[in-house]
Amino acid sequence: MAQMTMIEAVRSAMDVMLEKDPKVIVMGEDVGYFGGVFRCTAGLQKKYGIERVFDTPINESAIVGMGVGMATQGMRPCVEVQFADYMFPAYDQITQEAARIRHRSAGQFTCPMVIRMPTGGGIFGGQTHSQSPEALFTHVAGLKVVQPSSPLDAKGLLIAAIEDPDPVIFLEPKRIYNGPFDGHHDTKSVGWAGHPLGEVPEGYYKTPLAKASVYREGEAITILAYGTMVYVAEAAVKEAEVDAEIIDLRTLLPLDLETIVASVQKTRHCMILHEGTRTSGFGAELIAEVQEACFYHLEAPIKRVTGWDAPYPHAQEWDYFPGPKRVIRAIKETLEA
Amino acid sequence: MSVKINFPTPSARPGDIPDFSNYKFPDPGVLSVPPLEMTAEESREYANSLIRVLDKEGNAVGPWSDYLGEEGLEDALLQGLRDMLQMRAIDARMLNAQRQGKTTFYLQCTGEEAIGCAFQKQLHPGDMNFPTYRQQSLLVASGYPLKSLFGQYYQNENDPLSGRQLPTLHSAKDYGFFTISGNLGTQYVQAVGWAMAAALTGTDNISAAWIGDGATASNDYHSAMVTAAVYKPPVILNVVNNQWAISSFSGIAGGSASTFASRGVGYGIPSIRVDGNDFLAVMAATKWATKRTRGGFGPVVIEWVTYRVAAHSTSDDASAYRPKEEAEAWPLGDPVERLKQHLINRGKWSEARHKQGVAEIMDEVITAQKESEALGTFLNPQYLSPSAIFEGVYEEMPEHLKRQRQDMGA
Ligand SMILES: Cc1ncc(C[n+]2csc(CCOP(=O)(O)OP(=O)(O)O)c2C)c(N)n1
Repeated sequence: MAQMTMIEAVRSAMDVMLEKDPKVIVMGEDVGYFGGVFRCTAGLQKKYGIERVFDTPINESAIVGMGVGMATQGMRPCVEVQFADYMFPAYDQITQEAARIRHRSAGQFTCPMVIRMPTGGGIFGGQTHSQSPEALFTHVAGLKVVQPSSPLDAKGLLIAAIEDPDPVIFLEPKRIYNGPFDGHHDTKSVGWAGHPLGEVPEGYYKTPLAKASVYREGEAITILAYGTMVYVAEAAVKEAEVDAEIIDLRTLLPLDLETIVASVQKTRHCMILHEGTRTSGFGAELIAEVQEACFYHLEAPIKRVTGWDAPYPHAQEWDYFPGPKRVIRAIKETLEA
Repeated sequence: MSVKINFPTPSARPGDIPDFSNYKFPDPGVLSVPPLEMTAEESREYANSLIRVLDKEGNAVGPWSDYLGEEGLEDALLQGLRDMLQMRAIDARMLNAQRQGKTTFYLQCTGEEAIGCAFQKQLHPGDMNFPTYRQQSLLVASGYPLKSLFGQYYQNENDPLSGRQLPTLHSAKDYGFFTISGNLGTQYVQAVGWAMAAALTGTDNISAAWIGDGATASNDYHSAMVTAAVYKPPVILNVVNNQWAISSFSGIAGGSASTFASRGVGYGIPSIRVDGNDFLAVMAATKWATKRTRGGFGPVVIEWVTYRVAAHSTSDDASAYRPKEEAEAWPLGDPVERLKQHLINRGKWSEARHKQGVAEIMDEVITAQKESEALGTFLNPQYLSPSAIFEGVYEEMPEHLKRQRQDMGA
């Protein structure tokens, strides 16, 4: 076992797969010689050569579109979009091409590619380096959508995503790229600075897609979260001293309803936490599914804590980023309802 | 037989000797000034060559120099030097301020000052730049208050954008500076639409689109080229070729295959290529281009050939991907030094006055900076109200945002 940050774990996954499968290639803006602006691909070009790890022009629809062309011939492109915010020029290639090629060709062509992109806020990135666009992908039939919250999962899920026969959107929460999240302006609460970096095996292993994990067991309330928000939930639960169960969704599409429903039926309370904007956010989907399956078990309405319905601000970053304080309030309101 | 494909690599990496031997620049003064109605076909030579005015000794030579005329020139050049020095002082101070944690982020335009400073002076009120994050020099030369500039860098109460945008993504309509998006390329096609509206509503205003060499690969660049070629609106399509897009050299955007200017010819737009480190060449070419577009002769592409001296941004480490000495080796020199030498040759400036000027301008900048810092920086945050998040999303705040604002407790 090695100690890895999420960046190192993501790199290790690509390293393992480049080594294992000659059909895997890595491309994107700055990913080659430099190793990516977040250094996720550092060293890979040197190790595998410029034909397998290379820089692309600044054109996201070209990055994804070329990936589609390669994947439909059986290669396994693992492409990087520098920030999730920059995938919009590629949105057509992602949603109407990569996602649909299997279906519209009745299986004559398939598109086994991974589109990696750093997501979320917490690094003072302003409007175009902070968005959480997962709901724009979970709305699209034919895609799979993954978001890890730990180095261990990041590596295992990325390997599974590269081996998956369908296109996978792999969202990497950049707030926890370099280590655990331990700061928040409104925490007088326990930080999580002492959280271990992440024990990650060096070699090949897979973490199955479409399976949530129970991050913390509890009896009082179920909190559904993913990515950085798992740690915000944890901080809130510790501070509020509630016996909450935290479910880390890991894969948003397809969703592991079984794990969610079992938990909510046990705790009879549910709240949802995500960074993306509230209206038509992924939380709305979760609420719909949970109430359909658990209506008679629920003792209170399901609350959600989300990003506000406004563009992500720069100076007021920490007023936008959902923090423990808001989560604690939502937990209390749910339990006292 | 297996087909070899091409993966471009730059001529030098860290540890190598900088190599610009593949750049063939003509001597200053060899190109004539074409008629305003020049066609794309006739512009081929201008798209592949380089308009230059200042020679090695700092003298202005050739037809483009004559085109500038003498009337008011010396004052304009002295002002240009001043603007460039101010820009450079701001860059230096903000790099430091970022390192000290007073601001989150900064992007220097060091080495490219001549382009924005000379260009801006040829615009009229009502003209509109559609800039990128590296054209602060357009703002500085337009007389944009330092108070607002620093206000945004520090995101305090003087920030005209109330803390919403990254420090270098300005918006200053009254100064002909369109609001900057973080997504590359989007502004380029908007500039075409703006120019079309200027024509359709009967004004004689023009627009100026700006893009980096790297971002010319983006969809919106090509969209702009097609629409500008079709409708022929009064737009100047600027490409600032500073050789690097973060770690990717200009060849990754196709720059080794042809000049960025010559692509304009392919779209049917007259195109010229200009030494962007030559203040007089920038001035002359801009004078010609603004006359052409304002005169109704259609769009024009200008490739400004320059070099990005600083790292991409304060988040970037340029020494990881290019030789440290590369900026020094750039064959077109430093725009400030070249203009300084020219003014000395004219007897309008001296080394001593330059030294004094640099110090005075630095003092002015520091004074403005200190005044701004007193109102709060990221070390000493006096954040704007969090409720600003909800303001201006729509003209009138809808109920759901009012509820969220209340929920926030702001
Ligand atoms: C659509 C989009 N993709 C990627 C980025 C990330 N990015 C920001 S600046 C940059 C390099 C731009 O280089 P260039 O256009 O040459 O301009 P320069 O920085 O050299 O002035 C990249 C890739 C972005 N901002 N927008």
